[in-house]
Amino acid sequence: MNRSALSLSTLAAPSPPVRDALGVGFAVGVSGLAFGTSAVTAGLSVAQACALSLLCFTGASQFALVGVVAGGGNLAAGALGALMLGGRNTLYGLRLADLLGWRGARRAVAAHGVIDETTAVALAQTGRADARTGFSVTFATLFVMWNTTTLVGAVATESIGDPDVFGLDAVGPAIFLALLWPRLTEGGRAVPVALLGAAIALGTTPLLPSGVPVLLAAAAALVGMGPAAKGPATDGRVRS
Amino acid sequence: MTLWIAVLATAAGCYLLKFAGLAAPRRLLDHPAVSRFAMTVPIALLAALIALQAVADGRELVVDLPRLAGLGAAVLALLLRAPFLLVIVAAAATAAGLRALGAG
Repeated sequence: MNRSALSLSTLAAPSPPVRDALGVGFAVGVSGLAFGTSAVTAGLSVAQACALSLLCFTGASQFALVGVVAGGGNLAAGALGALMLGGRNTLYGLRLADLLGWRGARRAVAAHGVIDETTAVALAQTGRADARTGFSVTFATLFVMWNTTTLVGAVATESIGDPDVFGLDAVGPAIFLALLWPRLTEGGRAVPVALLGAAIALGTTPLLPSGVPVLLAAAAALVGMGPAAKGPATDGRVRS
Repeated sequence: MTLWIAVLATAAGCYLLKFAGLAAPRRLLDHPAVSRFAMTVPIALLAALIALQAVADGRELVVDLPRLAGLGAAVLALLLRAPFLLVIVAAAATAAGLRALGAG
């Protein structure tokens, strides 16, 4: 059982950022099956499904566009909805810019990987080196997994069953909760900010187009800014 | 053809949105209010995401017992300081187990 006993020390026992990253990459990467399946069912070609996973590489946006195609809706509206969901990645980027500290070509490549999962893993680490490792390994693992499973799902649409049978719908929130946990338990304003963010999203979901509730939850971060902040605007946008 | 245009336009837009945050000008990032906002905003967004993934189905709020029980198992595992992968497995196994027993 205990393989690390025979190990070359560090090689067999991955550091915490690598362990987190591989876990997220594999667990979330599997849901590319569901994306490939629903894309082809909606009427996209296998090539179009794969192009979305390669080039968009942000799950929620991809599902949004495919959902509109499936419903026979307006494609421009579908693209707009996908971009609404992608808007939160801009806000993640603001945080990751300082945390990762990359510039030039490196930053241009890393930008493609700025999504929920990579942000959550990077944020769960201590220090820049671990944050960079966590971000990069999550990005690489998830990119390979997500694109492979998209292809498999798209090609094998007929034979893929309901992923919920395996409890995969509970895996998504569990992953993000596990990654956010260290921040929540260190005290300070994290817990009220998280609760307010969740409340805003839940309260506005039945009323607003998908993607907007999560963006609005950014307003909860204004609470976490402390008394010095006189809030430039309450909608969470910042003048540039 | 139009579908391809929608696919490529969405892809371009998604990349630009990601890049815009990561490549925000130094002066903007150094602004104290912006930096405090940027520090906290992922917590708010990820918490919102957790809540929606737990109880939302599209724009409807639903109570799916196996899914919620799975998340509850994750919370329990986290309180017991279980390692990351065990937390994920507990969530999936609880939800899948309850479904196999016919719940939800």
